[in-house]
Amino acid sequence: MNGAEALIKCLEKEGVEYIFGYSGGNVIPIFDAIYDSKIKLILSRHEQGASHMADGYARACGKPGVVLVTSGPGATNTITGLFTAHMDSVPMIVISGQTITPLLGKDAFQEADIFGISMPCVKHSYLVRQTNDLPRVLKEAFHIAATGRPGPVLIDIPKNISAGPFEGSLDPEMDLPGYKIPGPVPKADILKMADLINRSERPLLLVGHGAVISRAGSVLRQLAEKLQAPVTNTLLGKGAFPETHPLSLGMIGMHGTAYSNMALTRCDLILSIGSRWDDRINGDNAQFCVGAKKLHIDIDPAEINKIVRCDAVCIGDARLALEELLKHVVPLNTKPWLREIAANRRKFPLKYKKQGGLKAQHVIESAWEVTGGKAIVTTDVGQHQMWAAQFFLTDECDTWLSSGGAGTMGFGFPAAIGAQLAKPGSRVIAIVGDGGFQMTLCELSTAAINKLPVKILVIDNKFLGMVRQWQELFFDNRLSGVDLEGNPDFVKLAEAYGVKAFRIRRAADIRKVLAKAMAYNEGPCLIHAEVVKEDNVFPMVPAGRSAHHMIVERPKTKMEKPTGGT
Amino acid sequence: MSTLLTSPNLHTLSVYVNNKPGVLVRVAHVFARRGFNIESLVVSPTADGRYSRMTVTADGDGETLEQIFKQVSKLVDVLHATEHTHQEVVEKELALIKVRVAEAQRTEVLQILAHFKGATVDFTPQSVIVQVTGNTEKIEACVGMLEKYGIIELVRTGKVIMARGETET
Ligand SMILES: Cc1ncc(C[n+]2csc(CCOP(=O)(O)OP(=O)(O)O)c2C)c(N)n1
Repeated sequence: MNGAEALIKCLEKEGVEYIFGYSGGNVIPIFDAIYDSKIKLILSRHEQGASHMADGYARACGKPGVVLVTSGPGATNTITGLFTAHMDSVPMIVISGQTITPLLGKDAFQEADIFGISMPCVKHSYLVRQTNDLPRVLKEAFHIAATGRPGPVLIDIPKNISAGPFEGSLDPEMDLPGYKIPGPVPKADILKMADLINRSERPLLLVGHGAVISRAGSVLRQLAEKLQAPVTNTLLGKGAFPETHPLSLGMIGMHGTAYSNMALTRCDLILSIGSRWDDRINGDNAQFCVGAKKLHIDIDPAEINKIVRCDAVCIGDARLALEELLKHVVPLNTKPWLREIAANRRKFPLKYKKQGGLKAQHVIESAWEVTGGKAIVTTDVGQHQMWAAQFFLTDECDTWLSSGGAGTMGFGFPAAIGAQLAKPGSRVIAIVGDGGFQMTLCELSTAAINKLPVKILVIDNKFLGMVRQWQELFFDNRLSGVDLEGNPDFVKLAEAYGVKAFRIRRAADIRKVLAKAMAYNEGPCLIHAEVVKEDNVFPMVPAGRSAHHMIVERPKTKMEKPTGGT
Repeated sequence: MSTLLTSPNLHTLSVYVNNKPGVLVRVAHVFARRGFNIESLVVSPTADGRYSRMTVTADGDGETLEQIFKQVSKLVDVLHATEHTHQEVVEKELALIKVRVAEAQRTEVLQILAHFKGATVDFTPQSVIVQVTGNTEKIEACVGMLEKYGIIELVRTGKVIMARGETET
C-alpha cells in the first residue's frame, strides 16, 4: 500500500461520500488511489468551485466537505473557498498535492507555500512529511474541522509522501494536546442569565449561525414560546427559528426588517445565541442596545467580549446551553412589548411594487410561494441575496446557505451543487446575481454531467447591483465600474452547456415559468429573470451607524458617506 | 538609543506550544493582524522536548491584548497561554553591550559594571563587550550608564519569565 491508498482508505473510514476535486501533477498518486475507491469524485471546472461545493455540501448536511487539488495554482485557487468556510465556521478538508520534500522551499515547479499562504484562513493546517503520519493527520483534521466551532483544515501532501510506501497503522491515536473543546455549560452562568431574563420586560432573542450549527432549533422554539420573546435572526441564523412563526421578526441588521431593527433600539435585554455581534448588525457599538442587558452564548471563547461587553455570558454549545436555560426561565409578560412590535410590523412591512417592470423581490417571493418554502436555498452575494433573505422565509436549519462573513461572490451556484449531492431528495435553488454567477458559471458542466436538478435563478439587473446602490445613495450616482451591459444571453449560455433554461421578462409570467422550472428534475435548469435595472434594497442601516439611522425608503436628500466597512 | 522596554502598556505572555515547524508563524500572525508590535520574543524547548515555551512581550492596549490572548489560546498548537503582566514572576534577560572604551575610561566602566554585577566577555584596546543579566529595569539602567561612552552594539535576549512558587507559568 502507498500513502495515497492509505489516505483514501482513511477517507472511506470517515464516511466520505464525495471528493470535490481537480487534478494535476503533484496529486496524481491520490487521484490514482481514488480510481479503486467507492468514494465518488466530483470533478469541478475550477478549484474555487470545488471548494464552494464542499462548503455547500457541509452546510447542507453538517459533515465535512472534502476538496482535493494539485499544488501551486490548484492550491491557491482554493483560498477564497477556505476563507469563505473559515468566516462562516464551515467544516471542510482541503487536501493539496505538493512538490516532493527534497525540493520544498526551492521554488520547484508548481511549488506554492500553501501552508503559509492559507494560515490566516484555516482552523488548522498540516504539511505532511512522513507517509506513515497520513492516517493520524487525517483523523485529527476531521476531528478539528467538525468539533467545537467548526472550520476548514488544510492538509498539504508532497508527492513523494503520497507515492511513498505506507507501513503505519490505519487507526492511529490522535495527538492534539492543545485542542480544546468547551465542555458542559457552566450552570452558574446559565443561572445568571436566567435571572436577568426573568426580570426582563422587553427581551429580544438574536439567533446566529451557531444556533444552526448546534441544531438548537427545537429547544430555541420552546424557549421563545415559553418566554413569549420575539426572535430575530442574522443572515446566517436563518432557519434556526421558523421565520413564519408569529414570534419571528425575520432578519436583523443592515438590510433586516424595520421592526427587528426597531426592536433592537427598544429592547431591555438581548440574548445572542451563536451570533458574534457582527458589524452588519451593530454598526455603531457606542449606540448599540444602550441600556439593555446584553447576554451572549457562544462556543468560541474568543467571541466573548470581542465586540460587545456583556452582562452575562456562557461559553458552550448553543443547544446544550438553551436546554439548561429553558429549565430556569419563567414565562414573561411580554404582551405590551409584542403589541409595540406588531404595530411596527404593520406600519413598516417589507414591501415592493409589483408594477413598473419585473422586480427581483416579486420573483423571489413567488419562488417561495410556488415551492411552499420547501427548498434548500443557496445565494450569491449582493442585492438578490438580501432580497432572498427578506422574501424567501426559512423555517428549518440547514436550508439557507449563504456566504455571510466573507460575502463571496461566486459562492451560490457551486454551493448548490454540493448541497444537492448532500441532499439528493431535496429541492435546491441557487439564487444568484448576474455578476456573481459569472464568476463560477463554468460549473454548469459539473451540474449537467452529474444530472443534478439544481434550479439556478439568475436575477439579472445588468449591474453589480449592490455596489450601484451604494454609489447611487452615497456617491451622487457616479456609477463607476458597476455596469454589466454586455452580459451573455443566459438562456443560450445554459443551452450551450446542455442545461435546460427558462426566461422571465414580465411579472405575469413569473408563476407559470417558476412552476415549470420547479417541475423539471432531469438535470439542472436555469431561470433567467430579467429584472428592472435600478432598484434598491430597503430597509437599510448605513454601515457604521446604529439601527436608529435606518431608512425604509429612498431618501429625498443626499446621504452622508458611510463610516463603517463596506 | 536603547528601545525602552518598560512602557506602561507592555504585556508579557507566556505560551506553551507544540515544538513543531510553523507554530511560531501562527502565533506571530495573531499579533501582526491586529497591529501589535512584538517587542521581544524568546522561544526555547521546555524540559519535555515535545513542547516549547514562548515568552512574548508586546506593546498595546489591554482590550486588543485580551483578544490576542484568546486567539492565541485557541490555536490548535497552543497548549496554554498565560498573561503575566501583573503577576508575581521572576523575570530575567541578558544583554551583551559593546562599548567604546579607551584605556583612560576603563576603570570607570568596570566600576559601573561591578555595580550591576555584570562581566566583561571581550576586551580590545578600543572596546569591551559586557554582559549583564537581570530584570528589564536593571538592563535599561546599565545601558543608560554606559551610553555616554558610546555603545557600538547592543543585543538583548528579551525577557524570560517564570511564575513564583507553586503557580504554573
Ligand atoms: C468576489 C467578490 N468581489 C467583489 C465583491 C463586492 N461586491 C459585493 S456585492 C457586489 C455586486 C454583486 O452584483 P451581482 O452579482 O450582479 O448581484 P446584485 O447585487 O446585482 O444582486 C459586489 C461587486 C464581492 N462581494 N465578492
